[in-house]
Amino acid sequence: MQELSLNVLDIAQNSIKAGASLIGITMERSTADNTLSIVISDDGCGMDEQQIARVTDPFFTTRTTRKVGLGVPLFKMTAEMTGGSFSITSQPGKGTVVSAFYHTDHIDMLPVGDMTATMTSLISVNPSIDFVYQSRLDGREFVMDTRQIKEILEGVPINSPDVLLFIRDYINEHEAQLELNEE
Amino acid sequence: MKSLEELKAIRDKAKNSVHVRQEGNDCIRVVVGMATCGIAAGARPVLNAFTEEVAKRNLNNVAVTQTGCIGICQYEPVVEIFTPDGQKTTYVKMTPEKAARVVADHLVNGNVVSEYTIGANAK
Ligand SMILES: Nc1ncnc2c1ncn2[C@@H]1O[C@H](COP(=O)(O)OP(=O)(O)O)[C@@H](O)[C@H]1O
Ligand SMILES: [Mg+2]
Repeated sequence: MQELSLNVLDIAQNSIKAGASLIGITMERSTADNTLSIVISDDGCGMDEQQIARVTDPFFTTRTTRKVGLGVPLFKMTAEMTGGSFSITSQPGKGTVVSAFYHTDHIDMLPVGDMTATMTSLISVNPSIDFVYQSRLDGREFVMDTRQIKEILEGVPINSPDVLLFIRDYINEHEAQLELNEE
Repeated sequence: MKSLEELKAIRDKAKNSVHVRQEGNDCIRVVVGMATCGIAAGARPVLNAFTEEVAKRNLNNVAVTQTGCIGICQYEPVVEIFTPDGQKTTYVKMTPEKAARVVADHLVNGNVVSEYTIGANAK
């Protein structure tokens, strides 16, 4: 994967597979510290301790079509490559939290890439799952919560074309605003 | 800057428009493989291209959905199309440009784009 937003999309697929109804994606950047933290949380089926221990091992997967699950090990690697860290906490029946921490000034830091494309693609094909996207930069914050959007929509599908376009522009403009405030 | 207020206008417009998304037998399903191998190979722009082309052309009988690993990683991004006549077409090594052509030729005009199918690409 060439950008972290693709890893995020892939990790969120695990949450979808786990039957999550609410998925949280949080990006937190600090310019002063040159750090980025990415947290993906869900209320899906979760994993027991033994499963968690094996998930970061590329030769473990519960799926039967292919023997190697690579998504989690790849994501873990992107963080560790920068001298950062990675963790998974999970409770069966409760949900899972996947966290990756990056040193953004490290030479092996990958670009974050297009988080808006990741969010709109997730929402467009999973209209019944709720997503909370939080983007924080130096203490400022932007939140996109599909529960709030659905409340306004009063039954109009969240994946109807005009709504998806709105969500795309909404995220892009607010992300740009976060950057602007930096000066 | 966009505010959630604007969403109300979009909602009201959608509520007043007559077109209703068709479901069931008349529906064409576009299924994009979104496993790790698919995403790494470029499934995200392919998925978004299908969504955008279908929206642009107002194809109310097309549902774009996703699935996990289709099991043919070397051909990713893979897209399966299920038409009401019961046919399944598997397109391989997809790109946003190919997606636009598949929407125009296959979804709108009913002509399978043979050169993009797995049959034409299998070696
Ligand atoms: N959020 C999650 N909730 C429940 N199980 C998970 C979650 N994330 C990962 N897993 C488990 O870990 C396995 C490995 O995940 P991953 O490395 O992404 O490979 P793959 O998705 O291809 O199986 C999954 O098959 C699943 O059993
Ligand atoms: Mg996975």
